[in-house]
Amino acid sequence: MINLVNVNMNFNSRQILKNINLTIEQGEIMVIIGPSGSGKSTLLRLIIGLLQPTAGEVWVGGREITGMSEDELNKIRLEMGMVFQYSALFDSMSVGENVAFGLRQHTSMSEAEILQTVARKLRMVGLRGQENAMPNELSGGMKKRVSLARAIAINPHIVLYDEPTAGLDPIMSNTINRLIVSTRRLIDATSVVVTHDMSSAFGIADRIAMIYDGSIIEMGTPDKIKQSENPVVAKFIRGATAMPERKGRYRA
Amino acid sequence: MLSKLFARTGRIVINILDNVGQIALLFVRTVYQVRQLNSALLLRQMAHLGADSLAIILLTMLFTGMVMTVQTAHEFVKYGAQSSVGGLVAVAMGRELAPVLTGVVFAGRVGAAITAEIGSMKVTEQIDALRVMAVNPIAYLVVPRMIACLLMLPLLVVFANVIGSIGGYMIATAYAGIGSFTFLNSIQVFAVPHDIVGGMIKAMFFGIIVAIIGCHKGLTTAQGAEGVGRATTGSVVLSIILIFISNYFLSVLLYR
Repeated sequence: MINLVNVNMNFNSRQILKNINLTIEQGEIMVIIGPSGSGKSTLLRLIIGLLQPTAGEVWVGGREITGMSEDELNKIRLEMGMVFQYSALFDSMSVGENVAFGLRQHTSMSEAEILQTVARKLRMVGLRGQENAMPNELSGGMKKRVSLARAIAINPHIVLYDEPTAGLDPIMSNTINRLIVSTRRLIDATSVVVTHDMSSAFGIADRIAMIYDGSIIEMGTPDKIKQSENPVVAKFIRGATAMPERKGRYRA
Repeated sequence: MLSKLFARTGRIVINILDNVGQIALLFVRTVYQVRQLNSALLLRQMAHLGADSLAIILLTMLFTGMVMTVQTAHEFVKYGAQSSVGGLVAVAMGRELAPVLTGVVFAGRVGAAITAEIGSMKVTEQIDALRVMAVNPIAYLVVPRMIACLLMLPLLVVFANVIGSIGGYMIATAYAGIGSFTFLNSIQVFAVPHDIVGGMIKAMFFGIIVAIIGCHKGLTTAQGAEGVGRATTGSVVLSIILIFISNYFLSVLLYR
């Protein structure tokens, strides 16, 4: 479904991604983990064509999107949705207008059908009746859920999630995780989730890939990742700090 | 020392040329996307950018007409040329003052608003969200704004001409003692339609400048509130500079 072949990405003479080879199968939930600045979000943007790789190929749904024009990419993007880290809701539009946006732009649905679809998507994410609320009136968790409803409004085949639980309390994080899994079930979507929230990763992933220093250093099922003998992977998933261990107590 | 100076100068020149190129490219892409114009978005922008600017334009141009007459009327009366005051005000307003000063006020109000809005969208990833949803940001954001400015600024200039002449009339009759008939007849004698039409043609160019510069600065805003602030200021300054520069060349072209 999604293939990255020898993908390299440079920014301002700094290499962010190095020879990334990754295949994501149809219908699976692939979670990409890694420390901050390791290139996880860059990977997501390459998949949806917001960035073009410095070298290598990106394939989505059997088509190579590397080097495609914006108009050609837009045809591919009609089959994709993305939930941004900070939701990226259109703040001049209400919740309903945000969710309806893709439907109004790309479908010939009547206004009544659009309103019904918006209501159904908002029910799916637990925001029944919130069509008239404005984004600045919403909590962080509500914004994430509206962002998800907007991303799945046109029933995409692929949904990308950029740090979907960042900044959320544990209860809301669980809610978002359940929504990611139920979205895969309800619209049969392939999901790519970027996160450094390990409990979320282990809770929802079919497979996990860890990026460190621009390369994929481990990939496999959650169990395989938990049992990884790679010290970097083990340290990351146990949440160890970067500082060397000290003997004795820390003094003020 | 000298090599550092040359290097610095080179970087500045490259930066300017890069910006000019990006702005030119944005204009070309915008013209190409005009075929995707959404009339609902256009009408909203015409109301927000054009109609809502009327009050400030009327206020500034009223006082412009008044101050121009204050500065010239007595001198003209001294030399027995009071029958030229009305025509002078009308021609100066029509050819230069109305389009240029309306353009400058428009750049300050509308240019800043466009840059601030689009810049805020850029730093909060709303532009990326548009692209992800297969919507061309230029077609959705830039085209309606450019067409709205292209259409509304000439209309605002018409209002500016009228209110500026009214301001001049008030001062000429109440302050300089010029007769009402003398003032109004002078306009008919000296002003020709081309004085007004030429000003409106200038306004169309100024409208495009304000819209394209405003959108360019918004779309290239650096991260954060500071980035938005800097982009907004840059947009207004650059628009005003380009209005004055283009005004010279348009004046030569239209009124040679």
